[in-house]
Amino acid sequence: MHIPDGFLNAATVATTCAVSAGGIGGAVRIVGKKLGEKQVPLMGILAAFIFAAQMLNFPVAGGTSGHVIGAALAAILLGPWAAVLIMSCVLIAQSLIFQDGGLLALGANIFNMGIVASFSAYYIYKLVTWLAGANRRGTLIGGFVAAWFSVFLASIFCAIELALSGSSPFGVVLPAMAGVHALIGIGEGLITGAVLGLVLATRADLLQLQRT
Amino acid sequence: MKSKWWLIALAICLVVACLAPLASSSPDGLERVAEDAGFIGLGQDAPYQVIADYVFPGIENEALATILAGIIGTLVLFGAAYGLAWLLKTRKRRTA
Repeated sequence: MHIPDGFLNAATVATTCAVSAGGIGGAVRIVGKKLGEKQVPLMGILAAFIFAAQMLNFPVAGGTSGHVIGAALAAILLGPWAAVLIMSCVLIAQSLIFQDGGLLALGANIFNMGIVASFSAYYIYKLVTWLAGANRRGTLIGGFVAAWFSVFLASIFCAIELALSGSSPFGVVLPAMAGVHALIGIGEGLITGAVLGLVLATRADLLQLQRT
Repeated sequence: MKSKWWLIALAICLVVACLAPLASSSPDGLERVAEDAGFIGLGQDAPYQVIADYVFPGIENEALATILAGIIGTLVLFGAAYGLAWLLKTRKRRTA
């Protein structure tokens, strides 16, 4: 879902860059206050894992592929603000080093896959674990549902930005983006659930850090 | 051993990066929508290229070039996010 340069107009670029810059500023302040000793290497590991996992495009229907975003996993393990920082690191490196996602579109990409995906995943995860119970089952179901919504909602915001930029009319781009990402979101949900299962089995204490 | 759990986790990340040549090369969700809706032509290439499209330049074997790009990116991101978190934590201690 990395938007290249050229898809967005100047007003959308300026707005999304301003919002994302503000979001990163807030994240730096809040993460700086809350971050614990154990979470420093976890930030590095999550950024490295999300980068590597994003390279693994999996096929979805009709000659299309998708890859995980990873924001849901980061938000569940470290909270939404740390997830915004991790996603920003990944997206900035992808744009600067790997020419994946435009430089001017970086603000929009950080907004969609960083801010929207992290916060939606975090609060949906909270809601589902509250309903299903904070046990292994609740964690896995919550991870799947939160991850699916993070992809779906990020794609909706992406579609809105494309439509506001005049690249494609709302009526075309919104259902198209939502439809294909509803499928990609299933992959995100399964992979997020699998990694959370692995964390529960090996380092369940990492999931407890969030609650303190 | 427990304090070095992240070394094992980093090794897992590098293994994941080495699987990258197996990834699907079909267009992703956004590219597919842009093709179908006819605005893919609006896209502009970056003004410069470093390791464009996750293929390390100058290596004939594409799988190897992709793996190398993946390993570099994985290590860069581990270092960047670890470094950022460490900086934020040290700054907190100084101001506290």
